[in-house]
Amino acid sequence: METETAILTQNLNAWFGRNHVLKNVNMQIPARRITAVIGPSGCGKTTFIRCINRMHELVRDAKVSGKVLVHGEDIYAPGADPVQIRRRIGMVFQKPNPFPTMSVYENVAAGWRLNGDRRADLDEIVEKGLRMAALWDEVKDHLNKPGTSLSGGQQQRLCIARALAVNPELLLLDEPCSALDPIATAKIEELLYSLKQTYTIVIVTHNMQQAARISDFSGFFLMGELVEFDRAQKLFTTPANKLTEDYITGRFG
Amino acid sequence: MSELKYRFRQAKNYVMFSITFLCTLLTVGVLFFILGYMVWHGASSLNWDFFTKLPKPVGEPGGGMANAIVGTGKLLLIAALIGVPVGFLGGVYLSEFGRNNRIGFLVRYATDILNGIPSIVMGIFAYTVVVLPMRRFSAVAGGIALGIMMIPIALRSTEEFLKLVPNSLREASLALGIPQWKTIIRVVIPTGFRGILTGIMLDLSRVAGETAPLLFTAFSNRFWSAGWLQPTASLPVMIYTYSIAPYEDWHRQAWAAGLVLLMLILFVNVVSRLVLRRRLAMGV
Repeated sequence: METETAILTQNLNAWFGRNHVLKNVNMQIPARRITAVIGPSGCGKTTFIRCINRMHELVRDAKVSGKVLVHGEDIYAPGADPVQIRRRIGMVFQKPNPFPTMSVYENVAAGWRLNGDRRADLDEIVEKGLRMAALWDEVKDHLNKPGTSLSGGQQQRLCIARALAVNPELLLLDEPCSALDPIATAKIEELLYSLKQTYTIVIVTHNMQQAARISDFSGFFLMGELVEFDRAQKLFTTPANKLTEDYITGRFG
Repeated sequence: MSELKYRFRQAKNYVMFSITFLCTLLTVGVLFFILGYMVWHGASSLNWDFFTKLPKPVGEPGGGMANAIVGTGKLLLIAALIGVPVGFLGGVYLSEFGRNNRIGFLVRYATDILNGIPSIVMGIFAYTVVVLPMRRFSAVAGGIALGIMMIPIALRSTEEFLKLVPNSLREASLALGIPQWKTIIRVVIPTGFRGILTGIMLDLSRVAGETAPLLFTAFSNRFWSAGWLQPTASLPVMIYTYSIAPYEDWHRQAWAAGLVLLMLILFVNVVSRLVLRRRLAMGV
């Protein structure tokens, strides 16, 4: 791979109790590219990205082994603080989840404010975050309205703005469009495309067309294993593995 | 489907609908009946004196229950100072840290038992641990009895309303690198706050009407009580004493006291809701 590596996983394993959900995943995710993680339900793709910002361990009985290097730094090193790590890695979830007690403005500012950071330039940060999420023009006159008063697609972009406002090094998205209609989906895809100039993006998606449309690299997971990882163009046209081919041609999954 | 079968289903639907509607009507009806009955009997004795004067000696008409109104306020204040913090913080623990562990299970079990303890037993308990050592009936003793009674409901309702806060909000906050304690204070509790407040208000309303725990803790007083460590009159105990007395005038005053108690509870509920609504509107 000719580009710089943002995330490197080495022998990454994850469990829920006795359930072994990720098996020896070795993946090299390039910086400032969109990497899509695809695979059938229950294949471990969500668990995989939740291991990258140490969210996996929040679930009861969850366990991780192996290494995850983010820009060369092992985030599972002893003494690494998960709170600090999550601050550097933005995450967007399946269902839009703006904080219901907060306004649009407060939602975007939450990453700073709730960390006790009373910055003078919060107005600028909020505007920049909303502009990056391509939401500014739609909400600039309603910044004090509750975040939950926006439409579903707007809410999801608000969540992207909230994640971007803290200047993360990476952006992880867990099926961000699965609860949205096609027009809202198109907007988010467009947005991700423009964001990859600055950010390393990892997106989990159920939708193979979406993965093929927006990703530069794709990884196919099956039963907790990374079956194939390659340039998206190659993976979707001439997959090396028979299982990948079966999945992308719709023979199962 | 045959015509007959369709008719039968229609009839069944109609009957079931009527029954559910009637039951709803019955519930609301009972409430309005009690309200109306109290107004009917109590409103005539309700005048300015009732709120400002002390009870008159037996045989003299008139007088009021100013001391009992203030006394109930004092008792509820002490009860809230004990019941609300303990119940609220315990509820936060159960919802945020004690969902699946042994301690959580035990605490939940214990509170449910505590909730089932008859209120008179609570009175005896406060009598033994507070009244006897201090050698006096007092507002503090009554407040403690009521405060302990408040804990289980405050705790379980706080827990239930916090559990209703979707986990996705906790995750959104944690994923922003916000520590768990701040997530709980700034995201989880504000989201469930309205429900928690409702639960605590209901809890307070419930103990406001308790008589049994007060009989041998706060006791009663026909005069102003000289401080927190003196026997104190309260509306429920006054209602109890006045309604079993053989005087027509006292019966009327007992009805009036019931009405005042009800209005007091209503007032507190409405005000707390209004305050909350304003706070939310300001986006605090």
